[in-house]
Amino acid sequence: MYFQTDNLSVGYCGKALIKNINIGVEKGKILCLLGPNGSGKSTILKSISRHLKKIAGTVFIAKEDMNNLNSVEVAKRLSVVLTEKVAPELMTCEEVVATGRYPYTNHFGKLTDEDHRIIEESMAAVSVLDLMDNEFSHLSDGQKQRVLLARAICQQPEIIILDEPTSYLDIRHKIELLGILRKMAVNQKVTVILSLHEVDLAAKLADTIILVKDNSVYGSGCPEDVLSDTVIKKLYGIEAGSFNMLMGSVELPKTCQTEPKVFVFGGDGYGTRCYRALHKRGISFCTGVLYHNDVDYQVAMSLARQTIFEKSFRPISDVIYEQACKAMLNCKVIIDTGFDLDGVTNRNRQLLELAYNTNKPILSLRKQPQKTKANIQYFNDIGSMISCEKLMLESGEKISISMCS
Amino acid sequence: MLKEIKTDSFNNQMTEELEKLNRRSMLLMGLLVLGVILTFGICVGLGSLKIGLDELIKIIFRFGDYDPVLSEIVWDIRFPRTIGALLGGAALAVAGIMLQVFFRNPIVEPFVLGISSGAVLCVALVMLGGLSLGLGAVSSLGLFLAALLGSSVVMIVVLVFATRVKDVVSLLVIGLMMGYICSAVTSILQSFAEKEALQGFVVWTLGSFSGFTWASVRIIVVLCIPIFGSLIFLVKPLNAFSMGEEYAMSMGVNIKGFRIFLVAITSILAAVVTAFAGPVGFIGLAIPHLARLLFKTADNRILVPGSILMGGIVTAFCDLISRTILAPVELPISAVTAFIGAPIVIYLIMKRRTSL
Repeated sequence: MYFQTDNLSVGYCGKALIKNINIGVEKGKILCLLGPNGSGKSTILKSISRHLKKIAGTVFIAKEDMNNLNSVEVAKRLSVVLTEKVAPELMTCEEVVATGRYPYTNHFGKLTDEDHRIIEESMAAVSVLDLMDNEFSHLSDGQKQRVLLARAICQQPEIIILDEPTSYLDIRHKIELLGILRKMAVNQKVTVILSLHEVDLAAKLADTIILVKDNSVYGSGCPEDVLSDTVIKKLYGIEAGSFNMLMGSVELPKTCQTEPKVFVFGGDGYGTRCYRALHKRGISFCTGVLYHNDVDYQVAMSLARQTIFEKSFRPISDVIYEQACKAMLNCKVIIDTGFDLDGVTNRNRQLLELAYNTNKPILSLRKQPQKTKANIQYFNDIGSMISCEKLMLESGEKISISMCS
Repeated sequence: MLKEIKTDSFNNQMTEELEKLNRRSMLLMGLLVLGVILTFGICVGLGSLKIGLDELIKIIFRFGDYDPVLSEIVWDIRFPRTIGALLGGAALAVAGIMLQVFFRNPIVEPFVLGISSGAVLCVALVMLGGLSLGLGAVSSLGLFLAALLGSSVVMIVVLVFATRVKDVVSLLVIGLMMGYICSAVTSILQSFAEKEALQGFVVWTLGSFSGFTWASVRIIVVLCIPIFGSLIFLVKPLNAFSMGEEYAMSMGVNIKGFRIFLVAITSILAAVVTAFAGPVGFIGLAIPHLARLLFKTADNRILVPGSILMGGIVTAFCDLISRTILAPVELPISAVTAFIGAPIVIYLIMKRRTSL
């Protein structure tokens, strides 16, 4: 292990909050701390970067005890991007980045040509070269964060520590920033230690993940192995709603628990948008018949009152078909999201044809109109479908959007 | 290939830009040095008593025949007074800029943080208490040491609080409260003081460079010049501090050492001025901002020497105004500096988009 902590205890004012932390990461790899707010991620990071005094234990960089290094030696190996906003007045971006040369310059802080070259390279690496002469305090949050990362890179560290670097950033800047970190880790063998709030991004970025909860290390390892829906639920204490690790998506808590009124024909990913729209309106629905390996299945499991599904790669069995028929016949409205009708033994088509004969109102998102006398209303988009009269179920019945979890 | 060429020309442009900036700073610095010399001449030449230019030159270079009374005025009153104002102003300005960077707050200065009030309190103890104890006249050095004791005690107290409270507003309030406590004790001392001593003290608290003698000039020169020189070693960590203490720490700044150095220097500078000129407000606050406006940079390698020169010039002129504008009545120096400082503070607050 290139970076390692040995029974590290961290905390404030001599009181240990988190004890016996043993984490490590190889050179050029990314270590990510995950955990709810206030779980102690920042405390761990600050203790590693020596902003907080360690309570006990040792931190090793390349087998060397960090206690044996003076502040300048540490600065040459380890640089930070902090959460706190800094607002140095009148400083240009170049000057902000140049402060990273501190451990290398002479007593007067004179920048050599070499220093200038490194400053420019660092700024180019995070593509802020064009902001060089702009005043730092005038930048947007995304730009500031990148300039601060350039500053950290400019310090030519072996380890960069970032405390929640993606807060305040929009999705594009998040992707860019994490992409830069990944590139640095791979190309320059820089070791990155960071904390993130976005579980999905963490899973995609990190080589090793440390879960921190209630001031203890809850789990650690390769994110692909460690992270699962249940682990995330437990880690963050999610009671309502869900997080789907596979899809990297968040679903809000179910809004209603009444018997399903709407039957949705899903499949091929057409269902998902419809499920979410219904869910937001507090309309209870059931859906089917989905295959277990359909993307719609993942979302339906979080949102639908009942999901009728068949195991992957086989024809829909009679039992499941019966179940779907029963569920559909119990519903008042039927929504056809436009699944694939092809195939000789397509039982979903069979089910749809059955629906045509039930005289129930059918809302269809299908592009090609069907040859049938059934009561079908076609829509071009979900927005107009979801607000149509047919979904204002039963006269006078207000659909309750109360959160009944 | 194209990109390379582009960055190359970009780089050239950059270096040119930088050189231009540096040239501008150097030019301004040269002008300021000239300004100091000019100010010195003007302040020695002008006064409530008119002295002709030829007479003045004769007096300064001591040739030909001149009025010995005028000579005494020039040599023993105006000379030490001008040197005192130049160095005193420089000292306050430097103390101000260091505190502003260290606390990352644009409106701190020795006065705001109660450091000057601490000095005043200890001077009061000596001037008011000392006389009643029968110690007799107080020497310049004694005054300085008393002021130093007061200023450093307050500075250390403020710093101890500074490590506890992170936000600057709380710190400012603590500084202000320290100032009030010191003033309160000072006023208690005043109410028990003897009339004669009290009069001298009150005049002193109004602030004036009129009290400068060659003895006090000697002390201020011996203290300030080496300190100004030593600042060369302080500008680098000071620059790192503009990013905040936590970043400074991660860059390898020795925080503890820097703190001690800063306390020592600002206390000495504030004390030496307060001891001889009384509490002089606003110079420490306004000059660093004027320097920033003039040099348009946050680089302390330029701002520190710039503040030293500008502090000297502005204070000497304020002193000149205070003694000539309503001559023979002499205005308190703080009355003049307030007219420069207060508008600057208001301007800064209006200009800032974020709160202090």
